[in-house]
Amino acid sequence: MLSVSNGLDPLLKRPFSIHRILGDDLQFLYRVVGKGTEILSSRKPGDTIEVLGPLGNSFPVRKSNKNIVLVAGGLGIAPIVGLAEKISHSRQFLKKSDEMNGPLLFYGAKTKNEVMCREDLESLNIKPIISTDDGTFGIKGNIVTCLKRYFSRHKLMTEGCTLYACGPEMMLKSLSSFTAKKGIHCFAALEQNMACGVGTCLGCVVNTKKGYRRVCKEGPVFPIEEIIWDKL
Amino acid sequence: MKKRTSSDLKVDLGRLKLKNPVMTASGTFGYGKEYSEFFDLNRLGALVIKGISLKPMKGNPVPRICETPSGMLNAIGLQNNGLKGFMKEQLPFLKTVKTKVIVNILGNSVDDYVELAQQMEGAGVDAVELNVSCPNVKKGGIAFGTEPAAFEELIRAVRKKVDLPLITKLSPNVSDIKQFARIAEDSGSDIISLINTITGMSINVKTRQPRLANITGGLSGPAIRPVAVRMVWECYKTVSIPIIGMGGILSSDDALEFILAGASAVAVGTGNFLNPTTTTTIIDGIKDYMAQTGIDSMSALTGALKCPKRP
Repeated sequence: MLSVSNGLDPLLKRPFSIHRILGDDLQFLYRVVGKGTEILSSRKPGDTIEVLGPLGNSFPVRKSNKNIVLVAGGLGIAPIVGLAEKISHSRQFLKKSDEMNGPLLFYGAKTKNEVMCREDLESLNIKPIISTDDGTFGIKGNIVTCLKRYFSRHKLMTEGCTLYACGPEMMLKSLSSFTAKKGIHCFAALEQNMACGVGTCLGCVVNTKKGYRRVCKEGPVFPIEEIIWDKL
Repeated sequence: MKKRTSSDLKVDLGRLKLKNPVMTASGTFGYGKEYSEFFDLNRLGALVIKGISLKPMKGNPVPRICETPSGMLNAIGLQNNGLKGFMKEQLPFLKTVKTKVIVNILGNSVDDYVELAQQMEGAGVDAVELNVSCPNVKKGGIAFGTEPAAFEELIRAVRKKVDLPLITKLSPNVSDIKQFARIAEDSGSDIISLINTITGMSINVKTRQPRLANITGGLSGPAIRPVAVRMVWECYKTVSIPIIGMGGILSSDDALEFILAGASAVAVGTGNFLNPTTTTTIIDGIKDYMAQTGIDSMSALTGALKCPKRP
């Protein structure tokens, strides 16, 4: 949780995922979408920002996860880059089966100038499969459709493969019906309005098969099959 | 040079004796454990636990919260584990805390409240707070908090069956809060706490939809503080039982406003969300204020408002 201002408006801290950890530095990736991020963008180097964290869980990567596939939509790329960095040396990635021998990462964005982190990914030897809604970069269309096509074209062994995803609700929802159909393990990082970030206000709950769960405390990462999308 | 005194933060809310006047507001501090990672809970005057009902309550759909200027709206819908869940999962931890533990209770009927209060007495908590003023559930507390006859019946029924210090939490969503303060006192409530959230609403004009799934919610935070201070002051002039004041307290100066208006103790609600250590900062701040002003007891500050005489 980051304080964007010291004043009373906006009042609450804002939840962000940690983008990358570089030595003693924490990096957060955000887009200016409202008053909070607007104020945040006016901060200058050397300014102090109050941070409460790290909070909640993280992507559960086990040594036994052999074929990892990453899926990001929009700003959902933020924690996915951090995760890619963490596991890029471990050979746990599912390798691309074509001429590019990098790990498999699907990344969807609205348009070309919203495609981020390409250099970071390149430095990790990752060449993501990118799609944009308007076709200005990469494949035209939605990233889950790309993923499905890729999986069927390459007839990949989906058994034992684990997906880690972060992105808009619509993307995760359609991903969840695909992974359910194919019996693929998938973990999704969710976003929700939050007040406290530590599990007391119960404002950030998500509807799951186990009842309401707090995105800040039991999440933000949930097994995708546990989420009840129709009644979020 | 200013007179140096050893300031004593102790307050007596009738039989309920606190080491300092700063407590947490129900529904903003979970069951205590969450914040124990951030500071020593024993520093608090008291911990007020999130509302407990007889049966578990699922709560409202999301969005449950939204931010508003200097405040926030919430419609959580009293999500809780129910009495059994509380006894099994939360009470054991609360037993280890070395400060007063107050449990907020809510029900759909007088019998529910009586049952809950008796169970809490048996469990050894230090006081119960009657939640008669949550605006976010359709069937539930609100009728008790806004209808004088039902309000009186409820307090009398609980008073008859339990000896525990009884706190009644007043709703600001009434035309005259003094009337309810008076009934609470006459019906045997030991203490009143105020204010609960003010019913509010916010609309996204782009989508034309309400920002909360519940449509309306309870407004809290600094936005409601002046309303709360005024209501505490009105109640202070009306009743002689102790008052716990709350509504947008973020700093010791905010807390002192309530105390000068007539509160014997204060509760921090939304302030916990902004910073987990808001309460301890306030305790230190009140201590400093007392040292600086040469006041050596909290009781000398309660209601010590100075109103200039009109010419």
